[in-house]
Order: sequence, then C-alpha cells, then structure tokens
Amino acid sequence: MSNLYVARNPRVAARSLDGEMMIMSGRDSTLFTLNKTATILWQAADGTTPLEQIVQQKICAEFEVEAGEALRDAETLARDLASHGILQISAEPIVCGGSK
Amino acid sequence: MVEIGGIPVRVSTLNPDFLGMLQNRYAGFLSHSEQAEIEFKVDLIDPGLSDGDRPVEVRYQRGVWMFQRGDFVAEWQPASRSGWIRQTANPYSIDAVLRIVHTLVLAKQGGFLLHAASAIRNGRAFVFAGVSEAGKTTISRLAPLDVTLLTDEISYVRRQDDGYVAFGTPFTGELAKLGENVSGPIAALYLLAKGSENRIEPIAAGEAARSLLANVLFFAKDEELVQATFHTAFEFVNRVQVSRLTFFPDARVWELIG
Repeated sequence: MSNLYVARNPRVAARSLDGEMMIMSGRDSTLFTLNKTATILWQAADGTTPLEQIVQQKICAEFEVEAGEALRDAETLARDLASHGILQISAEPIVCGGSK
Repeated sequence: MVEIGGIPVRVSTLNPDFLGMLQNRYAGFLSHSEQAEIEFKVDLIDPGLSDGDRPVEVRYQRGVWMFQRGDFVAEWQPASRSGWIRQTANPYSIDAVLRIVHTLVLAKQGGFLLHAASAIRNGRAFVFAGVSEAGKTTISRLAPLDVTLLTDEISYVRRQDDGYVAFGTPFTGELAKLGENVSGPIAALYLLAKGSENRIEPIAAGEAARSLLANVLFFAKDEELVQATFHTAFEFVNRVQVSRLTFFPDARVWELIG
C-alpha cells in the first residue's frame, strides 16, 4: 500500500452546491472549484485512509481506469491541491492538522 | 454620527471645516442616535505626509484592526468599539475606512458589501452586481421614477430573519448621487451583462455563488472572516434568486424588474 495520507486542510472553507465542490483558501481568499476526481479525493481525505485505498475504493470504482495510473494521477492531484493549501499530505496518518 | 446599514458610527474631529465637509458628504446618512456602535477620532495630517499609491492593507493583531493605505492609517479596536484615523482633509480616506469597518462588522453578522447597484421597487429590493463597466451606473440612471435608488456602486446587504435586506449607502459610483437611506428585503440579485436585447436567464447555483464571491468587497487578510464570508455567499444563494440580466441600455429593461 502507498504510505501517502491526505487530509482536508481545516483552514479552508468548503461548500458543495448542486454537486459542485467549491473551496476558498482562508490564507489568500482564492476560490477553487474541484472537478469530480478532486471532489472524491477531497471528501475521502480523512487523514487516516491511505491514498492508495482511496483510489481503489473511490476512484477506480467510479471511473474506468487502471489502478496504477489512477494512483499516479491521484498523487499528482493531491500534491497540486496541497500546494494550494487545500489538502495536507504526509507519509504518516494525519490527525487534527498534524501527523501522528 | 454617520449611520449606514443601521450601524451608527461616531466620527469626531477638532477641525470645523473637515466636520462640515463630512456633514455635506454624508447628508441623508447623519444620525442622532445617542449610542454609537463604532467611534473614530480623526487626526488630520499634512498632505505631504501621505504615502502615495500604497495599496490598502487590513490586518488584525492582538485585538486591534489596522487599516492602511497611501492616504490614511487607522486603527479600530472591536472590544472598545473605538479607533482613530490619521488622514489628510479629504472625504475619500474616511469613506474607505467606513467601507472597511462595515465589511468587518458585516462579515461577523452574515452580511457583506457588494460591487453592485441596488434599488427598491414596490417594496422589494433588487441588486445589480457587476464589475466596472458592467452597467451598474447605467441601470441606475435608467431607473424610472417609482424606483428608489439605494446605490449605484456599493450595495449593503445584511441578513434578516430568513432573508436578506439591502440598505442605501452614500458610496457612489459614476452617478455621483447618494443612495436613499432606506432598506428593503432583497427579492433578486441580477448579474449584469450588456447586450442587444433585454432578458433574464437563470444561472446554476455554483455560478451564482462564484459570481457573488467575485463581487464581494473584502479587504482583511483574516482566515476566520474569509471563511465566514464564503459561507455567507452560499447562504445568500440558497435564499435569494440569482439570475443573469442582459440588457440594452434604455429604460425598457426596467419592464423586467419588480
């Protein structure tokens, strides 16, 4: 299993409206609208479920995509979202905004 | 006392000429309330001491808000409801301070200031949002006689019961005419677009929220208030009809409104 864990950053505001997930950075007020894959990742990012498990259970179940490719794409996406301060990523489970 | 949106702000100055200028600038929004919710003392400085084009900065530190722009510095302490403004003798600096402090108060209360014209017709308020050149001043200028203009530039929106109320403001745009100091429940928010004909089209809720947020005035670098304003925008979209109003600039557009 991948040892990458993802968690929603508690310092952003998020709302879902008619299936569209929108997130605003509290840091600089930038507004993001997540696509379907990013929304799945965001909603599943509890900090304790490994990214590989999220991909297998949530993304591969939703899209016809090969597991290895999906995981690589998910890692890229997670790092991108983390660079905007939307997600936190860690090699260890994340609890209350920090690693265990 | 300058009362906008039902919030009395006492502004005190030792300079009688500046006081007269403020009384003239905010005529129609002067209040005789005994209790101020916010108080500012204004210290006037020499024009040579202002800092040119420095952009506005709003930050919170140890219980005090600091507002700064090239032409003013101000502090406001919410706990004591008081603060001071250091500026040259002009009406624009204090106008900016008032806008900023109202955005902070409104953000805590589920309201906001919006780049939008607004008006009351038949007892209901209509808000017309858009960036510069979108048509805020044009649609205000075209308003028929039975319409009460609240503002052609900055709309004042407060949460009330299950809905939202728009208040008149003295914050003017190109029309350079103060809004009427009245309020009304908001019936609709229109996102303005100029076109060859007049029509109102529904828009998706997500687009409505994005467009609303794009037009909200907010200056503070403060995570708590940013998040509060974000959620307020969604609450507003859930409760108020938001549509796109494409209009040809003549008075017939008002046949669609009210």
